[in-house]
Amino acid sequence: MAAVYLDHNATTPLDPRVLEVMLPWMSGGPGNPSSVHSFGQRAREAVDGARDAVARSLGGVPPEWVFTASGTEANNAVLLGLAHHWQARAKDLPGHLVISAVEHPSILRAADRLEASGFRVTRIAPDSDGAVDGERVAEALEDATFLVCLMLANNEVGSIQPVGRVAELCRERGIPVLCDAVQAVGKIPVSVRELGVDYLTLGAHKFYGPLGAAALWVRGGAAFESYLVGGGQERRRRAGTENVPAVVGLGKALELAVAELDERAAAMSAMRDRFEAGLGALGDVSIHARGTARLPNTSNIAFHGVAADSLMIRLDLEGFAVSAGSACSSGKPEPSATLTAMGIDPSTALSSLRVSFGTTNSLAETDRFLEVLERQLAAVRSHTRAAAGI
Amino acid sequence: MTPLTAVAMSGGLDSSVTAWLLAAGGEPVVGLSMLLWDRSHETTHGRCCGALDLGDARRVARQCGIAHYTLSMEEEFRRHVVDPFVDDYLAGRTPIPCTRCNTWVKFDLFLEKARSLGADRMATGHYARIVEGEDGFELHRARHAAKDQSYYLFELTQKQLAASRFPLGDMTKEAVRGLAREAGLSVAEKGESMEICFVSGGIREFVEEEVEARSEQVVPAKAGAPAQVVDREGAILGEGDPYYRYTVGQRRGLGVATGERLYVLGIRPGRNQVVVGAEQELLSSGLTGRKVHWIGRPPESSLEATVKIRSRHPGVLSHIQPDRAGGARIDFAEPQSAVAPGQAAVFYSGTRVLGGCWIEAGLGPGWT
Repeated sequence: MAAVYLDHNATTPLDPRVLEVMLPWMSGGPGNPSSVHSFGQRAREAVDGARDAVARSLGGVPPEWVFTASGTEANNAVLLGLAHHWQARAKDLPGHLVISAVEHPSILRAADRLEASGFRVTRIAPDSDGAVDGERVAEALEDATFLVCLMLANNEVGSIQPVGRVAELCRERGIPVLCDAVQAVGKIPVSVRELGVDYLTLGAHKFYGPLGAAALWVRGGAAFESYLVGGGQERRRRAGTENVPAVVGLGKALELAVAELDERAAAMSAMRDRFEAGLGALGDVSIHARGTARLPNTSNIAFHGVAADSLMIRLDLEGFAVSAGSACSSGKPEPSATLTAMGIDPSTALSSLRVSFGTTNSLAETDRFLEVLERQLAAVRSHTRAAAGI
Repeated sequence: MTPLTAVAMSGGLDSSVTAWLLAAGGEPVVGLSMLLWDRSHETTHGRCCGALDLGDARRVARQCGIAHYTLSMEEEFRRHVVDPFVDDYLAGRTPIPCTRCNTWVKFDLFLEKARSLGADRMATGHYARIVEGEDGFELHRARHAAKDQSYYLFELTQKQLAASRFPLGDMTKEAVRGLAREAGLSVAEKGESMEICFVSGGIREFVEEEVEARSEQVVPAKAGAPAQVVDREGAILGEGDPYYRYTVGQRRGLGVATGERLYVLGIRPGRNQVVVGAEQELLSSGLTGRKVHWIGRPPESSLEATVKIRSRHPGVLSHIQPDRAGGARIDFAEPQSAVAPGQAAVFYSGTRVLGGCWIEAGLGPGWT
């Protein structure tokens, strides 16, 4: 039987409809969007068409959207660029950054680097459900705060953050907000205007688009310093020849994601809820972030007393792909930084698995997964008991 | 249903062919690599645990059509293998980290991890054989003496042997390489790693770096200072390198110019001395050992067996007298040169490994 992929928060399969619009740009003639000739003009039209599609789907006007190669690049560009911008203007006053403690590593590590070079960073811890309190973010604001970073939805537990409220509070102080919406786009409604933020990032491969394509929204008039310098691409905001097929794919994938959002969300939450209802029978499990608004597809479960990496490998050997810790930090069994920030003890964190459903999964697969999970969980528990001599 | 076997894959030739042999036999196999010593910033190919070797292991697993995972065991490896290795040098001994790694990591933690993943058996690319005898499992030398690694496996227990498989035990290195070529494995032309896997430069430099990194309490005060080179009577002949740079039997680098050839007879860390003497003074009539381990049932009294005092030693007929404290006194049928504390004395009866112990000291007529 074919393996079942339940790790859609790591990446998603490419939608065949997206592949179809990409293929001509991979097998067809050459085209650098910056070239003046007819070949270049065709490529330029394709990239601009994708930009229009992004603006139609998420709001803003097309020139406010910048294509990048990854969500990480887009997040880094805003953080490091604004830090540099602050330094150039404020001279001796050290800049201050406010981020949530459950941001993606592309923000956490960029903040660490800024801290090491003299900036101050305030990290706002979430509650035990992984939700950040917007008022606590507001309390942390200072005159020297040059940016606030708050993700729309957490990649590991799926908790949805009060980005709109935080943006409102920051606007009163004239402080810009970066919203990492990489995990949210394609799963919940997203509108840059409604959120009221200044910067927003997304990545195509999280919503059935290609790897290597991401987008950054910079509100008209917001400060921005380009991170990659070189040619004048993307209105001088991101040097480097555009990845035409990937950008075209991003546009198509986003159009589909927005058009089909309601049915996708309903299908994913039906599977997720069925799965979580079935977990009760397994005993001694708890579901993270259950007490707050969550993405419809994400379930992060603690199997108390069980090593999550062992369970994950057992499930993989049985043909079910899930994640123990986010894909970006795999390799070492260290407790998840997100779960740790939620106040969850290290042993519970190391017993936690993330299951993230997608549009290609079915209820039948969900039921089969529950059966296999029950069997493997029983096996790993009996092994754990035997090893402990109980 | 055939039970699942976990193959310990280092990315080297031997473990790759082990995985291929089992997978080709059609039984369920999973490849597991251990990340023991992360030197991913080093690009040296052919060292165990380098990022490139883990990549090789992954590639071979893919070629074999088996699942592959990497287990991080860095903390455990440091605790059970690297730190004791440095401790041994500081105590004037000459350690064998590979045996400790087998005893504490590969056939202990690895097997435990494999079991937690549902694999009840494990396989490695060791050149040795496991035979099910009347009295339980027996460990034997490899069929071909040139590659035999049974010396490093003397601390294995019945439980470990029952769960382990050495598919290369009957094969020659050439045959193994031939199989790899035939199967088109990407590692078919990979060289042999002879040195200690976690030491990329010299052992001396490694020990010194580790000593530097340690707090002062755990390092003898005189470590790092030049050692006194003395003769057996205690007469000072000169000043050498720090004492832990020496190994019993060593001849070069003594920093002493006398008429005769001098050899290291012993190391006295407490006094920061290296004792030297003539070649015939290196001879020992036997040794005392500690932590005796028997693979099968322990003998009721003393016994005769062939004893190997280092991996390349041909073996010497000996009388082994175990004591009640878990140690043993071993008398050789003829004197042996350079009995080095910290090495293992492994007991053989024909091809069979009976057990072994850790060498504490050599016995006269040489230096004691």
